[in-house]
Amino acid sequence: MVTPFHTLTCAANVGQLREIAEFVDECAERFGLDVKRTFGLQVAVEEAFVNICSYAYPEGNGEVIIAAGAEGDSLVLEISDNGTPFNVLKLPDPDTTLDITNRDIGGLGGYFIRRLTDNVCYRRENGQNILTLLLQRTS
Amino acid sequence: MNIQTSKESSAMVVKVTGRLDAVTAPEYEQQFTALITGGETRFVVDFEKLDYISSAGLRVLLAMAKQIKAKSGQIHLANIGGAVREVFDISGFGSIFPMHESVISALNATAG
Repeated sequence: MVTPFHTLTCAANVGQLREIAEFVDECAERFGLDVKRTFGLQVAVEEAFVNICSYAYPEGNGEVIIAAGAEGDSLVLEISDNGTPFNVLKLPDPDTTLDITNRDIGGLGGYFIRRLTDNVCYRRENGQNILTLLLQRTS
Repeated sequence: MNIQTSKESSAMVVKVTGRLDAVTAPEYEQQFTALITGGETRFVVDFEKLDYISSAGLRVLLAMAKQIKAKSGQIHLANIGGAVREVFDISGFGSIFPMHESVISALNATAG
């Protein structure tokens, strides 16, 4: 990605979520993302982070780096970890039409990441999982 | 995240303030489960003061709804607006839960 304007390094622990939310708010504000898109980005980043904590670092210890940069009219967030290969985008979509009784619990994380960003991609590089989220300033 | 409850004649109103994320959802689940275990079967969840919800919050909401349904109870949601609304809409939760514009109309629906 282009040179990041803001970077956060934190432990892969769900307890870090408040710090991550503050970081995402700072990035969105500096870039000039509107409130609605910032909310979507907050949800997408939480889902990505929680999945890293559970699946990339099942043993519990690890580090996550979130780097934010601006590419033209888009805010780009790159989330990387050194854990087990894991692609959150491969998770199947939930069936959103089922009623309360038949609806499975869970399965929304990867779906939210795809739906609440303008573009998202995963790559495995140099022993790292790298998830890149892109949000345009305006839709 | 903070939860306030008030017992009305037709239902228990559960008002959620703040953030429902992966950190706070377990506490929400614990408090909600205690109400169900205590015998409550009709609920109105007031989300007017809810600032944020992720899949962790929705997961608990669905789990509670399944328990309530299993006891032939009812759960109605009220005051879901703003950015929170989009998360309900794209997840399908906006159509699988009865949604109301106010606590009063949710209580009326619960009584009916």
